[in-house]
Amino acid sequence: MNSTHIGWAGLVGSFALIVIAIALSSWQRLHLSRSIAWASARAAVQLLLVGWALRLVLDPHASVAWAWIWVAVMVVFAGLTLRQRVPEVPGILWLGTLAMLTVIVVSLAVIFGFGVFPIEGRTIVPLAGMMIGNSMTSCVLVGRRIVAEFSEKRDEIEARLALGHRWSDAARPYTRNALRTALVPQIETTKAVGLVFLPGAMTGLVLAGVDALDAVTIQLALMYLILGSVATSVSVIGLGLTRQLFTSDHRLRRLDRSAS
Amino acid sequence: MPTAAALLQFDAVGVRLDGGQVLLVDVTAEAVAGSITVVAGPSGAGKSTLLRLGNRLEVPTSGRILFEGVDTATMDPCELRRRVGMVFQQPVLFAGTVSDNLRVADPAASDGRLVTVLEQVGLPPEFLERTADDLSGGEGQRVCIARALLTEPRVLLMDEPTSALDPTSRRAIEDLALDLAERGLAIMWVSHDHDQAERLGDQLVVMRDGRRVGTDEALAYLRDDLSGDDLSGDDQ
Repeated sequence: MNSTHIGWAGLVGSFALIVIAIALSSWQRLHLSRSIAWASARAAVQLLLVGWALRLVLDPHASVAWAWIWVAVMVVFAGLTLRQRVPEVPGILWLGTLAMLTVIVVSLAVIFGFGVFPIEGRTIVPLAGMMIGNSMTSCVLVGRRIVAEFSEKRDEIEARLALGHRWSDAARPYTRNALRTALVPQIETTKAVGLVFLPGAMTGLVLAGVDALDAVTIQLALMYLILGSVATSVSVIGLGLTRQLFTSDHRLRRLDRSAS
Repeated sequence: MPTAAALLQFDAVGVRLDGGQVLLVDVTAEAVAGSITVVAGPSGAGKSTLLRLGNRLEVPTSGRILFEGVDTATMDPCELRRRVGMVFQQPVLFAGTVSDNLRVADPAASDGRLVTVLEQVGLPPEFLERTADDLSGGEGQRVCIARALLTEPRVLLMDEPTSALDPTSRRAIEDLALDLAERGLAIMWVSHDHDQAERLGDQLVVMRDGRRVGTDEALAYLRDDLSGDDLSGDDQ
């Protein structure tokens, strides 16, 4: 066994940690044993299916078009997942899809445009997955924050509108707060990298036997990519959602926070 | 028929929400330069909705609203709102000082201009540096009126501006409204206080269940023969 091939035996061995987690849950009567077992089993099935499909897409002889189709499916699923997670945000399906599409176009254009990575199936799919995955949490956060902020501060926003402010001016302080709230965690994560934790990609590369400095440069490029992606997606959702909360004649729409 | 000095006219306006709920039916009213129009009636009668139509925070589903004879639906809403100011029931103050709050209405206003509007509402110049959080309810409402005056409106819509204030502050704000009307402003003042309606109103609009009631009923309301409860009766 080498460090990049743990085999089925290695996988089963790592499952011992899940057994420990279930045992701890039972001991402390957390009633989470079934959830832990279900989560691990579901992750295994999902990843094995993905791995099988990835093999086809990442085959050096396969057309790169398959990788782009994979990315398109990821974008659509990201929109659907966002709608499921924050149903109270109006229009989140199309806003989320638009945000992810923007992230993919902007970030991959930079990464491939500067030749950071070659345009291949083995780079397109994981990079897109990383960007979308990391953007999701921030998108949920900014969506929730804007809906909360605009509901709680409705009086203030209407007072600004009543003074003749355009919708964009009336909304700016509240949208800005929401954007900051959504971006700060990713900025903190970026600041703490290397000191508090070693990120997954770098750990994977080191485990795979790549030189530590090479692993670091790749990881740094990825961190920048993620930070840029999160900023882009949060801005698209934040600004798009803000616009949607106003009518064309500068009135604030009523918000139903329990809307689905 | 609207009078010649009517600056803001509500012409048979109605509001029906998407869900079918009716808030206003065929209401006709006007705000006249140099006078106070009191809009009275019980809670839920549609008084605030009528006022919000005045500077287009809401739009009517029927009828029309005219400002200086022009249909407000054809006007730039932001420009309209600077000519038709609004003061809300609860003083809405933003974080920062009184000066910061006033500059939300006019970022380019000089300190001298801010002092002038503060004096108009009976507050001394030292208030400019006061933190908005430290103001009493009455002081806060005066700052809100001063902020609205900074846009130099011709009409001022006041939605129960004294309902959250103590009697002394209430009378001070009433006196301020009378003073502003004397200087030529058209004021629409929402109230469900009979005495206040009588003290302030040059014109009286009494509302019930989203409709304007007739003259006899309005006079009875003013004489206190009809209480708010009577007006909210379910006789329809």
